[in-house]
Amino acid sequence: MSRLVASILCAAIALIAGANAASAMTIEKIVSPAGIEAWLVREKAVPLITLNYAFPGGSSQDEPDKSGTANLAADLLDEGAGDLDARVFHERLENHAIEMGFQVGRDYIHGSLRVLNEYRDEAFGLLRLSLSSPRFDADAIERVRGQVLASLQRDTTNPNDLAGRRWWQTAFPGHPYGRETKGTLETVPRITAGDLRGYVRRVFARNELKVSIVGDVDAQTAGALIDRAFGALPQKNDLKPVADATPKGLGRRIVIDVDVPQAVVTFGGQGIARNDPDFMAAYIVNHILGGGSFSSWLYREVREKRGLAYGVNSSLAWFRHAAVVLGGTATRADRTADALAVIEQEIKRMAAEGPTPEELEAAKSFLKGSYALSLDTSGKIAVQLTQIQIDNLGIDYIQRRGALIDSVTMDDAKRVARRLYGGGMLVTVAGRPKGLTSSESTE
Amino acid sequence: MRSAGDVIQLVLPHERNIPKVNIVLAKINFATIALAAALAASPLAAQQAGPEIANFTLANGLELVVIPDHRAPVVTHMIWYKVGAADETPGKSGLAHFLEHLMFKGTAKNPAGKFSQVVARIGGQENAFTAQDYTGYYQRVPSEHLKTVMEFEADRVTGLQLTDDVVLPERNVILEEQNQRIGNNPRARLGEQIDAALYLNSPYGKPVIGWRHEMEQLSRDDAIGFYRRFYAPNNAVVVIAGDVDPAQARALAEETYGKIPQHGAMAPRARPQEPPPVAPRSLTLADARVEMPALQREYLAPSFATGKRGESEALEVLAHILGNGSNSRLYRALAVDKQVAVTADAWYDSSALDMSKFTVGGSPRPGVTLPQLESEIDTVIGQIIDKGVTSEELERTKTRLIADAVYAQDNQASMARWYGTALTTGGSVNDVRRWPDRIRAVTADQVRDAARQWLDKRRSVTGYLIKDVSPQAEKRS
Repeated sequence: MSRLVASILCAAIALIAGANAASAMTIEKIVSPAGIEAWLVREKAVPLITLNYAFPGGSSQDEPDKSGTANLAADLLDEGAGDLDARVFHERLENHAIEMGFQVGRDYIHGSLRVLNEYRDEAFGLLRLSLSSPRFDADAIERVRGQVLASLQRDTTNPNDLAGRRWWQTAFPGHPYGRETKGTLETVPRITAGDLRGYVRRVFARNELKVSIVGDVDAQTAGALIDRAFGALPQKNDLKPVADATPKGLGRRIVIDVDVPQAVVTFGGQGIARNDPDFMAAYIVNHILGGGSFSSWLYREVREKRGLAYGVNSSLAWFRHAAVVLGGTATRADRTADALAVIEQEIKRMAAEGPTPEELEAAKSFLKGSYALSLDTSGKIAVQLTQIQIDNLGIDYIQRRGALIDSVTMDDAKRVARRLYGGGMLVTVAGRPKGLTSSESTE
Repeated sequence: MRSAGDVIQLVLPHERNIPKVNIVLAKINFATIALAAALAASPLAAQQAGPEIANFTLANGLELVVIPDHRAPVVTHMIWYKVGAADETPGKSGLAHFLEHLMFKGTAKNPAGKFSQVVARIGGQENAFTAQDYTGYYQRVPSEHLKTVMEFEADRVTGLQLTDDVVLPERNVILEEQNQRIGNNPRARLGEQIDAALYLNSPYGKPVIGWRHEMEQLSRDDAIGFYRRFYAPNNAVVVIAGDVDPAQARALAEETYGKIPQHGAMAPRARPQEPPPVAPRSLTLADARVEMPALQREYLAPSFATGKRGESEALEVLAHILGNGSNSRLYRALAVDKQVAVTADAWYDSSALDMSKFTVGGSPRPGVTLPQLESEIDTVIGQIIDKGVTSEELERTKTRLIADAVYAQDNQASMARWYGTALTTGGSVNDVRRWPDRIRAVTADQVRDAARQWLDKRRSVTGYLIKDVSPQAEKRS
């Protein structure tokens, strides 16, 4: 089964159109001797390696009565593995300044590793241990479980968590997406070492693994390092199916009582799938309504003109089995109703009128220009490459992205604005907003 | 602290993020304190293989630092003014930060919103931040647009125009920001109370965001007066990191910032200094929303600027060994061995013009009281004071801290931020460059001596955060 490293140069990709050669970035698709595919960017300027990877099977794999399993497992992966107990494992990491991280989302468990060149063998060896033979020792489980429970306990009076949790519960009742990744005060105590081992056994496999590696390393060495980390994993994962879903409760408003000076608002509705032909149009339209810049409609109307909030935003989130548009703000209790009215009015106006041609052009220009800012560190490049693999956009996506943005027309923008914002929103509010109560319809 | 995290980071659309729009405020809550400590611990850079950094001053007194990094065609441009909350007139707390917001309201040449629109159109990011000792503004843009943002930024060094139409709604925005950062967050409220008790004379006792009753009274005239007094080329540092070379940056700086006339001589930044502390202080904040009790203790400790040679470096190593991460003394003793704490940490901020602070904190496991936790923390600190640290701990910590200097080179925005922080808090480019060597030189004796001298309870304030269970609180909630 052992073959030579097959290193295939797939595409040479400039970061942005017209970028000079010195700033071009080449992504190579490599296949390790054990047959694991990875995307590699060679970068010699800084003597370090950054690895980013993802296994499908995040918290959506949790049993409903044991939600938080994937999250607890991830928190324990660096708490002892193989012959090394938690203490020794942590010492090995720090003695070599290795940064190892795990993060659980609804669909994936993501991992990252950052290490100086001189310690790379040690780092990839420790990663192999943590993925293939995590110990899940009883004392470590209880210690880390205590930390998760403490944080869940703290969340019970945090308005951000209260508004967010209720939004997801209401939008996706009975579906894994309605449950919090961290689990709950009821479910986390039920999780056993067997559950954690079962999760790792079912999820950590080579068949759907996505790997990105950036650093001062050639294809052959990268292939060997990848096998060192992932080569011992089973070939195939064993995932439970997850049903497709659409957000429920649109048009409803839910007020959660908590005694804070400022009410926190979450609003959202049906989003758009990443592979939908209208995705890019939706991405642009959402940017105009409530994206990151200081020029969005919501920012201008809520903050600049009226001083109702410090921040307000709206973003698209997409998953394997659902997609949502989700936004939020935080505003003083006696003006929450005003802020919400302004937000609803702007959303309606966007659905009815869409953006102006000038706004469309400005947003396109922003989204094209700003992409390079998301690719200016090894860590960001590695994260971005993994996301492109997860979204199945192709190794030449960075090259094609500008043209995809340019091809969005005013008709596309108006049609998609109607589709995205015309269906009503589910609104959750945590706090004591004056004059606002829960209602089945916000009309 | 560990890991040179991205200070300025693109938020991926996947991440559910509660509005994080304008303005980073340093030193007002746990998270930003940790960040400040991270900055302090890693002002790094240029190790042997690091970039060639240029440092020069224009005729009008503006200092520039240029940090080339040609890997991506983008550049981070920042202006740091040597003025912060600690420079406010008594009674005007929050003014430095309020002005920071108002700096986005336009000039005679560029009406409100134009700068932001241009930054957005070219695909840039922008923001600003205020701390006790500095106020900063930045843009991250494709490198061919560097001159454009330098022109705009140079224009607002002296060209700001304000009317009540824009000032009054913005005052509501900072009041909402105060609610979001402090009012809604019991831990941040505790930190505010501890700072106020720790600093007996220094303005560092006032929160950067301000006290609400004073924020509510801030006016247009206050802001303009503060602006005219402190915003000047000879009171600022421009840091440019990324795809630019020093000669080009210098030429652009001459064409833009170079045309601003010099302000009269700036008064020295002489703030009221702390007297020697003589009594341990303690306080308890009860809040009905507290679900996890916590303890935080701050010790008055020297900063890089106020300390003797090697002192702040020893404190950085001490903070790491005592309370950073799973190998630290506090975590091992309290969370792993005795199982009395859920979390336990320590951190130290070396970047302050005046006396800084060394902080320890933790949360007890259910069933453990805060006095019990405090007593265990005291035991751990007492052991370091008595017996010092092991050579293994010292080496591990140095490896980790020095690696941060290499990791930091991967991020142009972090590099810019570290140089800016150092140069506005009494450090120089060379101090930053030599940081790995300074850490390497720390001895076990210095670490023990730092613990003995500075972790003296008489220098400290201990704060307890507990749940308010009074009938009144019950009724309120």
